[in-house]
Amino acid sequence: MEPFVKVSGVAAPIDRVNIDTDQVIPAIHLKSIERTGYGKFLFSSWRFNADGTPNPDFVLNKPEYQNASIIVAGRNFGCGSSREHAPWALQDYGIRCVIAPSFADIFHNNCYQNGLLPIVLPEEDVRRLMDKLEKDPGTKLNIDLEGLRIWDEDEEIVLEFNVEEFRRYCLLNGLDDIGLTLQNEEAIKAFESKS
Amino acid sequence: MAAQTMFEKIWDSHVVHEESGQPSIIYIDLHLIHEVTTPQAFDGLRLNGRGVRRPDLTIATVDHNTPTWELDKPVTDEISKKQLDALADNVKDTGITFYDRFSENQGIVHVIGPDLGYTLPGKTVVCGDSHTSTHGALGCLAMGIGTSEVEHVLATQTLRQFKPKTMEVRINGDLPVGVSAKDVILGIIGKIGINGGIGHAIEYTGEAIRSLSMDGRMTVCNMSIEGGARAGMIAPDETTFAYIKERPYAPKGEELEAAIDEWKKLPTDTGAKFDKLVEIDAADLAPFVTWGTNPGMVAKITDRVPDPASFDSPAERESAERALTYMGLEPNTPIEEIKIDRIFLGACTNSRIDDLRAAASVIKGKTVNPNVYAMVVPGSARVKLQAEQEGLDKIFKDAGFDWRVAGCSMCLGMNPDILQPGERCASTSNRNFEGRQGKGGRTHLVSPEMAAAAAIAGHFVDIRNW
Ligand code: SF4
Repeated sequence: MEPFVKVSGVAAPIDRVNIDTDQVIPAIHLKSIERTGYGKFLFSSWRFNADGTPNPDFVLNKPEYQNASIIVAGRNFGCGSSREHAPWALQDYGIRCVIAPSFADIFHNNCYQNGLLPIVLPEEDVRRLMDKLEKDPGTKLNIDLEGLRIWDEDEEIVLEFNVEEFRRYCLLNGLDDIGLTLQNEEAIKAFESKS
Repeated sequence: MAAQTMFEKIWDSHVVHEESGQPSIIYIDLHLIHEVTTPQAFDGLRLNGRGVRRPDLTIATVDHNTPTWELDKPVTDEISKKQLDALADNVKDTGITFYDRFSENQGIVHVIGPDLGYTLPGKTVVCGDSHTSTHGALGCLAMGIGTSEVEHVLATQTLRQFKPKTMEVRINGDLPVGVSAKDVILGIIGKIGINGGIGHAIEYTGEAIRSLSMDGRMTVCNMSIEGGARAGMIAPDETTFAYIKERPYAPKGEELEAAIDEWKKLPTDTGAKFDKLVEIDAADLAPFVTWGTNPGMVAKITDRVPDPASFDSPAERESAERALTYMGLEPNTPIEEIKIDRIFLGACTNSRIDDLRAAASVIKGKTVNPNVYAMVVPGSARVKLQAEQEGLDKIFKDAGFDWRVAGCSMCLGMNPDILQPGERCASTSNRNFEGRQGKGGRTHLVSPEMAAAAAIAGHFVDIRNW
């Protein structure tokens, strides 16, 4: 897994609550047996018109947000299906971090498994960021996982955030859960022999 | 020992290792796998030179992607076929039990787990699918996981999880006539909201829950995830034990009796504390219909489509407006006047034998409205067979329903069963998200009885007056 230490990039605001994983990537695109290649289907129902042409109104299609690597969205991001294709699609598209007031549990877990950072901020802070991004489209945000800070390039908004210490450690070091768990192989064996 | 909830008892007895500040390592008793969320997990195992630790605790089937037309026709979608073949290849030589398209035990993972007797009280159950919460109806701890976690379970037979909080949802009193298990859960989600359960394992309690059949309890637990919960569960009782006695792979005889003695210790102790309590009066429940694009957007059949202006917060207002535009609905339209193009009776929410019986009794001797295309997709090959033995297929076919083979089908629009843009569907599934049943498709979630009545009438009707 690629370590996550600092990211700085264009942030795209998607001002909707309850963005479900069927919107992040519709089921019709889940047939591949690969882990990559889903970026082209990210938000496909919103990004493309019925005839397949890009929908110019969708934020990621606007020129200022080309190369966005951060998404700022409304609460309960990632609800619905457990499909890990959702973080895979975000990542394959180039997104490294999603900022929202809350995330659905399974999506939240899935992000950490893939080196994608989900940041939970209070509703007011997300609003401030969203307003800033809408006022100055193309604004870059800096995210520092070591210092647990987010700031925009003009330093108009500087915020602190929290991440579960264990998750932070794994992200900073790009550690994969299976390797960590297997360090407890003896405990697993002991559990198996008693049951 | 302090009084404990059922969740705590099951969790505590499965902890393999704990360190403060870290997610606990929990042992998994049953791992169900299917074709969509596993190919990348098996790839990961191969890349790292790892094997499947406990093939004997792993069961595989195909459901999401399988065509539901007759079995003798080949899978024509090349990419689907590749995914189906990949699962067959991945489980080959591992010792994992695999029910393929042609197996008499094939079906939606959440239907076959309990029906075959693999899902049992007190177990920890996981599957790379969010509706794994269904299995909690038998009194076990069942959670949906992502593909990396599937790989983790295959490799270690454990899962790393932070301990969820607990929440009791108590339904007081008896269910009114015409109110089904589906209405109970739609009513709960309407009340707690689609993020009301985030970070929690829900235990459903109260007389109304106790009176439900196992199939009904599974409908309730199935949609726990639609309330944002990590899991949903119902304490095992005589209904549960009687159900398990009939299951082919469940313990039998003395082994079963000994197991039942253990299972009787599972229910939440009197005096145990939940982190949160929600109480609902059963008398306040009615047949529900969703009007919007998430399962929390529900209305009683006798209500009207809400006016977005009536919502307090700007975010709610905006999402109600967006939902109504997507759904092609005008505010204040009576729900009963909404006309339907398609009916989908199926999905892991409502495709068990009780569901099919309930729907069949509504349509018996009647004919599907000429403007409606209706289909029934049983949840498993066994459910299909049983329904056919009871003559239910004939009732459906005589009424003009299409009778299909088991699978997820139009629940998620992954196989050829999809809605066309603008088509409106009364569906017994669990998600009405934009495009869930096909791009531009409009989904209204209802009970099997309500779907069946809508098929005949061509619009929603109050099943209480049927
Ligand atoms: S029936 Fe629908 S909800 Fe259930 S497992 Fe299949 S796709 Fe998921």
